[in-house]
Amino acid sequence: METRSYEKYFRQNRLPHLWCPGCGNGIAMKAIVQAIEHKEGWTQDNTIIVSGIGCSSRASGYMDFDTLHTAHGRAIPFATGIKMANPELNVVVITGDGDCTAIGGNHFIHGCRRNVDLTVILFNNNIYGMTGGQASPMTPLGKKATTAPYGSIDRPFDACKLAEAAGATYVARSTAFHVQHLVKMIEDGMDCKGFSFIEAMVQCPTAYGRRNKIGEPAKMMAWMRDNAVMKNAWDKLPDDKKTAEKFPIGLFYKAETETYDSAYHRIQEMAGVTA
Amino acid sequence: MSARLMQGNEAVAEGAIAAGVRFFGGYPITPSTEIAEMMAKLLPKVGGTFIQMEDEIASMGVILGASLAGKKVLTASSGPGISLKQELIGYASATEIPAVIVNVQRVGPSTGQPTAPSQGDVMQARWGTHGDHSIIAISPWSVREAFDLTIKSVNYAERFRVPVILLMDEIVGHLRENVELPAENEIEIYPRRAPKISRAEGYEPYAPDEDLVPNIANFGEGYHVHVTGLIHDETGFPVGSPKVTEDSIRRMHEKIERAADEIIEVQQEFMDDAEFAVVAFGGTARTAYEAVLNARAKGLKVGFVRLITIWPFADKIIAQLAKKVRGILVAELNYGQLVGEVQRAANGACLVKLCRKYDMTIFEPEEILASIENLVAEVK
Ligand SMILES: Cc1ncc(C[n+]2csc(CCOP(=O)(O)OP(=O)(O)O)c2C)c(N)n1
Ligand code: SF4
Ligand SMILES: [Mg+2]
Repeated sequence: METRSYEKYFRQNRLPHLWCPGCGNGIAMKAIVQAIEHKEGWTQDNTIIVSGIGCSSRASGYMDFDTLHTAHGRAIPFATGIKMANPELNVVVITGDGDCTAIGGNHFIHGCRRNVDLTVILFNNNIYGMTGGQASPMTPLGKKATTAPYGSIDRPFDACKLAEAAGATYVARSTAFHVQHLVKMIEDGMDCKGFSFIEAMVQCPTAYGRRNKIGEPAKMMAWMRDNAVMKNAWDKLPDDKKTAEKFPIGLFYKAETETYDSAYHRIQEMAGVTA
Repeated sequence: MSARLMQGNEAVAEGAIAAGVRFFGGYPITPSTEIAEMMAKLLPKVGGTFIQMEDEIASMGVILGASLAGKKVLTASSGPGISLKQELIGYASATEIPAVIVNVQRVGPSTGQPTAPSQGDVMQARWGTHGDHSIIAISPWSVREAFDLTIKSVNYAERFRVPVILLMDEIVGHLRENVELPAENEIEIYPRRAPKISRAEGYEPYAPDEDLVPNIANFGEGYHVHVTGLIHDETGFPVGSPKVTEDSIRRMHEKIERAADEIIEVQQEFMDDAEFAVVAFGGTARTAYEAVLNARAKGLKVGFVRLITIWPFADKIIAQLAKKVRGILVAELNYGQLVGEVQRAANGACLVKLCRKYDMTIFEPEEILASIENLVAEVK
């Protein structure tokens, strides 16, 4: 049986959470604390959780660390400030698909480019959950949202490709169904010095699943199981098998590049730091 | 220390370093850019951090994060950049994160006249972000005062845990003067507030101290603080109750209102026999002072009143002034903003007239003098 040692990472007096029954956010949040638990040297005192605004971003309030619930889309700049001010701290960002790629899109790509040592976990439910189901830049083509009642014609972002192209030094994806894998992807991202990005696909039965007739939460997770393809297998899959529903999960990119925080340390030395 | 030729913006950067600012996030914009450039040079030398962000929203975000991690922080901008910063100025106000925002005012709205002086952001400084909130804004008229008020801004931000606007204008920002800076031991520094009790003793990050300001622990010190822009109670966690909402908004105002007499600074000259007064601030006050001297040379009993503190507004001082003199002239480099506040505070006790200019050039002393003469004629 799994021990529940991870429970100490939650603020018990803030639970139960406000997420809907069957929401995938709790799974992703638990995966984050399990990854932290595995990380040597990461404690509740030296790890900071920063989030934006959205259902997903409410996670910070449940987690027993120093936590920062910022403004919509702005988590990455705040996290950058924390890490640059005190590089000893481990800084984790929780964001939503709208938070990260719409209103926060510019901060996201510049965060990737700058390569400050942050671990950013995007809870992708393909919708604006908190505000009741409007289309996000990651709503798939043809899917319905309150602001796309006839189906979305906005071409969606692939946040992983975006992160890689913008310069993130660790890029991975997993889902709320593949829990162990998700924990591993997050943990490996935390290991990687630099801007690490992990897309966690999560189900939003209330604002996305229902409207798109995907069914109850378990069905949404079964959909993840049936359509996620591990990166190795995906690379070997013939193009005609890569249907619109299917998507790859796993590690997409990893590089070792000097982080911004350590580069800045060099600048301080060049300037002849005295203090 | 020997005198040194220095620009207003440069004095802000020097003042920031002297005040203990160790983190600057910014985005270039005329006429504030020299501050960022100076900070890029100076900060790494003292172990601090300069970071150029992708825009002014991010510049605000990055300094607020750094402030929570324990650094004293400052950012600088102008016009369109200050508009972008408003979202997170409100966040700083709501979450009580110390931060200084320097606004070197230029002509707006929008891109306006990027290199030309204006004082058109008086009301934005107070009400630029949405919702009820508290703020402090102070405005220097000389290079030396730009240095001093930068230090004061940092100290106020730390003491009241409130965003402080250093309301500069292009005149002072680009002014060059010989200044002698104070020695390090002459500078008073307000340290970062710290928790007075431990978690075990029931520490609550947003519990107000006697001065109504909370002693919020820095991140990384083991207090497990939660910070949110949602209305929160003393624990820092959001609460959807009318009482908490009311208490929280009231406390944020009261912490500044209580200290208002101390915060509000006004320079008054030639007031003993004054029958009229010119009220001005920032770069315009320099011209107004000249105009008052000229008026006095002509035998007019005119006094000079310079608002150093813009917000909170000097209600009491202006009310007293209005009872003493027969007419007040407000000189400001905009279509008319501060004048409304002066009229409100004067409350009909004397005539209040506006001397305005918004053509991208600065006042000439003769223009203000002519307005003084008109005011005198109107009253007599
Ligand atoms: C500046 C601003 N614009 C709009 C909103 C309203 N708003 C709150 S959450 C949200 C969308 C959240 O979607 P996402 O980031 O995908 O998070 P989710 O709720 O789906 O987890 C919006 C538009 C806001 N809070 N702030
Ligand atoms: S609306 Fe969707 S994302 Fe938000 S709590 Fe409910 S299920 Fe979760
Ligand atoms: Mg979403």
